[in-house]
Amino acid sequence: MAEEQKETTMSVHVAPSPHISEVSFTTRRMMVDVLIGLLPVLAVAFYFFRQYAVLQVGICVVSSLVAECLFTAMRGRRATIGDGSAAVTGVILGLSLPALAPWYVGVIASFTAIGLAKVLFGGLGNNLFNPAMVGRAFVMIAFPAVLGASAYVDTQSVVQAITTATPLTVLKQAQEVTPLFELFVGKTNGSLGETSAAACLLGGAWLCFRRSASWEIPVSAIAAVAVITFLTSIGGTGGWTTLHELCGGAFLFGAFFIATDPVSSPITPKGKFIFGAGFGVLVLLIRKLSGYPEGVMFAILLMNAFVPLINRGTVPAPVGGPVPSKS
Amino acid sequence: MSAGVQELPGSGTFERGVHPDDRKSLSAEQPIEVLPVPQQVNIPLLQHTGAPCAATVKMKAEVDVGDVLGTSDAFISAPVHASIKGVCGKEAVATLPNARHVHTIPVKAAEEQPSLGEVKEGLFGGEWPVSGLDAHSPEAVTQAVKEAGVVGQGGAAFPTYVKLLRNEKKPVDTILVNGCECEPYLTSDYRLMVEAAAPVITGSLLAAQAAGAKQILIAVEDNKPAAVEALKKAAQGTNVQVAALKTKYPMGGEKQTVRAALNRTIPTGGLPLDVGVVVINVATAAAIARAVLRGKPLTHRVVSVTGAGIKNPKNLLVPIGTAYSELIDYCGGLTDDCARVIAGGPMMGFALSDFSSPVTKGTSGIVALSKEDVKKAEETTCVRCGRCVDACPLNLVPTKLALASRNQAWDLAERYHLMACMECGCCAYVCPASLPLVQLMRMGKAQVRKLQSV
Repeated sequence: MAEEQKETTMSVHVAPSPHISEVSFTTRRMMVDVLIGLLPVLAVAFYFFRQYAVLQVGICVVSSLVAECLFTAMRGRRATIGDGSAAVTGVILGLSLPALAPWYVGVIASFTAIGLAKVLFGGLGNNLFNPAMVGRAFVMIAFPAVLGASAYVDTQSVVQAITTATPLTVLKQAQEVTPLFELFVGKTNGSLGETSAAACLLGGAWLCFRRSASWEIPVSAIAAVAVITFLTSIGGTGGWTTLHELCGGAFLFGAFFIATDPVSSPITPKGKFIFGAGFGVLVLLIRKLSGYPEGVMFAILLMNAFVPLINRGTVPAPVGGPVPSKS
Repeated sequence: MSAGVQELPGSGTFERGVHPDDRKSLSAEQPIEVLPVPQQVNIPLLQHTGAPCAATVKMKAEVDVGDVLGTSDAFISAPVHASIKGVCGKEAVATLPNARHVHTIPVKAAEEQPSLGEVKEGLFGGEWPVSGLDAHSPEAVTQAVKEAGVVGQGGAAFPTYVKLLRNEKKPVDTILVNGCECEPYLTSDYRLMVEAAAPVITGSLLAAQAAGAKQILIAVEDNKPAAVEALKKAAQGTNVQVAALKTKYPMGGEKQTVRAALNRTIPTGGLPLDVGVVVINVATAAAIARAVLRGKPLTHRVVSVTGAGIKNPKNLLVPIGTAYSELIDYCGGLTDDCARVIAGGPMMGFALSDFSSPVTKGTSGIVALSKEDVKKAEETTCVRCGRCVDACPLNLVPTKLALASRNQAWDLAERYHLMACMECGCCAYVCPASLPLVQLMRMGKAQVRKLQSV
């Protein structure tokens, strides 16, 4: 009797196939991977920029989380800070700002990033442009004085990195070449996360290894820059080599951590190659031919705009060819 | 002669795909056991792809194992036979796991039944010649296969005789016998290859003779070395080659097997026949041998009953038409934390809602999954990470297709080749957002078919 009772109360679910899934990898895990990948970059930033970096990143993360809660609530949606994407935006935004930018710059940039570039478009997964870069572009235009090349420098600062101009500014204005080793380690001035090529490579390698970032994008971006600088010595200044071009400025930080944002980059491997190469070319163009010393932010935003077009042009052919038309 | 992967025309693998935990150890070492004859079987009149059969027996007719119960004149169809000795009942309706309603003929078991040992011996035992098969003309083989109601036992259940018919426009040069069994958990084909390799070889030779193929290749995934060994041993002195392909899901899909073994690409919407290949499952090959040499119709098949949700996983030789519940009970029943029972494998099988459903010719296994197994993360939005693109064996963009299906954007669906999808489940398996990609695409495909037929 007891046995029968059990039989009848037993319940099994019905659901469509597949019935098993790889549960270890979720969207949240992908965001955590990005944060782990950013650790070496954060460590270098904290080491060289001290309290400036801690404060800047802190302000941006907190503002991004608050903005996410606020704006999703305004749209009547469930809070989505649990997926970790707002935290990622905050960290990347903080790391893309100069050490000396006043507190309200970070706050306004975060609110623009989350509110305007992300939630307004429909939240995670629906934004056309990378939120952090939209936020940064907004404050760069709104507060040119505190984000321009000179705003990076405070000769009175106790933090040594801040007392000198950024490598790209020095190059553009004085044709002076920063030693490669300093660019590699990160002992230079610049936006908080961009100075150390080593940290970007280390964190980026981890991201690509985890496949939380698509390796196609940084690889094609690096290849594009390397090939072009090698072949043309575009705007070549004595001693500023291909390696300087790659390690200087925000190029590696952008290639590994920002251009690889899956939401605002193409979906197929072929599309990713095109996207990465386009990013590399644009960075070089802006660096060499425009008034700005650095072009990573604009290059990413411009390439983001091309993504729907790239996706359209890179629909892969199915194995076995297209579906025959029924006629 | 036997061939390693090196001698294959193909690379031994295909692009993309996934590597789910195969969980085959649960039942891999359980020898095939014969299920005691149930009190009643319900033989569906439609167990195959094609036209349903019409009953040829009356109520209360006494039938023996192998007697015809239903036939059809349609070209694509296969007769059904009594799987136990007994008395026919009134035609009824059953719902198969794929949600299809089919007519069934119940057969109540007679007192006297052939002994279980006899059943197994008759199906697998005895001598299986590998020479002198020329005596059976192609027409005779095809006819015997047709009359025996042999259908593909890998899942789709397409009538086998149709594949073996010679077609002058599309000559066949290779018989590819599929023993990949790439679905996790399932071990029915594995046990068959290990315990009854001889009829598989004989059946492959007969199939090649019927189809006019020169090359015979048995493809097995390399996680089944015992099966490869047994087949190689049984194939000695014949021109049957045994190839170990890389273990990867869905290697057993015929497009993938043909590509991995032969480096030929079946066109989208086409058949292996378009590239000169006939693909048959190993169990189907054994059924061909039985049909031709022993005149035995397809009345029994091996079914794996396995998974963490079943008390004693086993591989059972069961009469077709037996209720799923009988198999489950024989294996000790379901455990308390069983959450879902599947007919077939966990990647492409159907969740069972009615345990009284009968086992059909295409039933490869029953997989009982625990709560832990079916656990899924909460569905979130697509971040276009492209993992589904990296997993799709057909090189589609599943997330776009699912989105197009959800929004009924049929032009977008067409641009991204929706109808090429074979619903293997790789995309949904890897999706970090736990999106029901396959379900959406399946819905989309059904809609497109409806629109096209108008």
